[in-house]
Amino acid sequence: MLLEIEDLKVYYRSKKGTVKAVDGVSLRIDRGEMVGIVGESGCGKSTLAYSIIRLVQGEVRGKILFDGVNLLELSEEKMRRIRGKEIGMVFQDPMTSLDPLEKIGDQIVETITEHENVDEETAMRRVRELLLKVGLPEDRVESYPHQLSGGQRQRVMIALAIALNPKLLIADEPTTALDVIVQERIMDILEGIKREGKSVILITHDLALASERCDRIAVMYAGWLVEMGKTSEIVKDPLHPYTKGLMDSIPDLWMKKEVKPMPGNPPDLTDPPKGCRFHPRCPLADDVCRREEPPTVNLGDRIVRCWRWANASEG
Amino acid sequence: MGSLKEYIIMRALLVIPTVFILLTLVFFILRILPGDPIVAMLGQKVPPEVLEKLRAELGLNKPIWEQYIDYLSHVIRGDLGRSMIWGRRPVIEEIMDRFPATLELTIFSFAISVFLGITTGSIAAFRRGSKIDTGMRLYSIIAYTLFIPWFGMLLQMLFGVYLDLLPIGGRIDPGLEPPHITGLYVLDSILTMHWRSLESALAHLILPSLTLGIVLSGAYTRLVRNNLIEVLNQDFIRAYRARGVRNRKIAFHAMKNAFIPIITLMGLQFAILLAGAVLTETTFSWPGIGTFLLERIQYRDYTSVQGVIVFYALFVAMISLIVDVIYALLDPRVRY
Repeated sequence: MLLEIEDLKVYYRSKKGTVKAVDGVSLRIDRGEMVGIVGESGCGKSTLAYSIIRLVQGEVRGKILFDGVNLLELSEEKMRRIRGKEIGMVFQDPMTSLDPLEKIGDQIVETITEHENVDEETAMRRVRELLLKVGLPEDRVESYPHQLSGGQRQRVMIALAIALNPKLLIADEPTTALDVIVQERIMDILEGIKREGKSVILITHDLALASERCDRIAVMYAGWLVEMGKTSEIVKDPLHPYTKGLMDSIPDLWMKKEVKPMPGNPPDLTDPPKGCRFHPRCPLADDVCRREEPPTVNLGDRIVRCWRWANASEG
Repeated sequence: MGSLKEYIIMRALLVIPTVFILLTLVFFILRILPGDPIVAMLGQKVPPEVLEKLRAELGLNKPIWEQYIDYLSHVIRGDLGRSMIWGRRPVIEEIMDRFPATLELTIFSFAISVFLGITTGSIAAFRRGSKIDTGMRLYSIIAYTLFIPWFGMLLQMLFGVYLDLLPIGGRIDPGLEPPHITGLYVLDSILTMHWRSLESALAHLILPSLTLGIVLSGAYTRLVRNNLIEVLNQDFIRAYRARGVRNRKIAFHAMKNAFIPIITLMGLQFAILLAGAVLTETTFSWPGIGTFLLERIQYRDYTSVQGVIVFYALFVAMISLIVDVIYALLDPRVRY
């Protein structure tokens, strides 16, 4: 067990009221696995990711145990030493996530020297190795970000994230801003990192991508974790109506499958619906769903938060 | 960098039409103003035949377009002509006599305004939303709207009269002028090790450069604050934090990014600095080009006024060119 999140709540204060961006999420991530966190925009998946490295503005409650240490109780300086060193982060937009005024090499060197006592020369040697590892020619150390393409910049971002050999890599929509072929290459690199025994959290709205690459998938909706399990099982037999809806909305080039886009939009998180948060869009909702919040049901190595399964496991 | 050379040549060539338009405007506006140098100098009671004779000597009896062509043809050859009053010295000599005083004041005011602007603006941005931020923003608005002569006199009253700490006018105490090398008293007294001159020159510089520096710093405060806040909200700052880079270093990177557009402003501010210098010089009896310009406008000394305008235009153009080159050298994204 590398990461254990227990009953995590992240609330923002906004002009419209308190936004419950993440509301009672618990999940575990093992060493050497890639877990996809999937959901529509605004379902709280990025907030969840940023709260792990404590880079959210809002109020965070619950527990985030990383290697047995509760990150939420650490001092700011201790947390700084974990960021980058123990937990690496890859961002959605590689075009804006690099400092435009610093050379690629210098940015990576700075990251290394901020955490380790090495001289610049050793650091630079490591930078060249890192660039080769993410598939960039080593003379790119002399380049400025604007001289690189989007895909190359995302490779640099990955090099930055893995520069200190972190145990956990969080990738927030790492391929969303890139074209399909580059997407595949970037995902290959992330999978290679996983095979080295690192854990990877892949935040994405793309269930197809997550089901291709991840060992397990967690589905989030309106700040809740609604379903989690092994990728193969989720793809074969989605338990939650929301997961089913997401699966049905993926077009398939080879199978003559009917694409059914899901109607409606995720709710406003300052004022989420009563009862189950998904009930206004759920084709199977009944009275109890409208009245009361469903419990999280454990079904072996699967988790689902839906009244249908709560009732089934009782009866 | 060959293309940088081309860029500089292009920019230098663009100065020509700018100066030409400016000069034409000034030439005609001056002649629309009532009065002429002779009347201004000798008064209304001059016999008409003497007036005519003196006018003919200065070429003022010719048709105005002829005077214009005549003047332009001299300017093109680099000749700014002679002053029309008081000894008729060459205009360029008059300017060069006074330019070091103006340059000295401008350099000190510029340094003060940049220092104050960057300090207050950065503090405001890093403490965004706090009372300190509100205070800095208030400072910026007040500084920006201050009227130089009024503010200058306020400082003169306070430090010169009530506290009696600092001189309220002039460049240096009489008799203490250092040997002439560059004409900048501070620099010359350091070079020749005249420490009493240095002390006196600095004491005389404090009030005028503080006046001009504070007034100009307001714009910098605002710009530094807004730029820095914008940079601090950018993704790459969050990415630095996510990599565990120390806050001190992140602040350094943020400031580097925020200052590049400010360098451009420095070039633009320079024209305002010179305009402000005219008011400051008059307030503090500073013997620079500003005082000279104001005096010669009153006496309708056409050639001197025109000369100063050409000189200022070339000076501002040169400074903004230097600023552009610095900008290109600092920002890797800019290549001409």
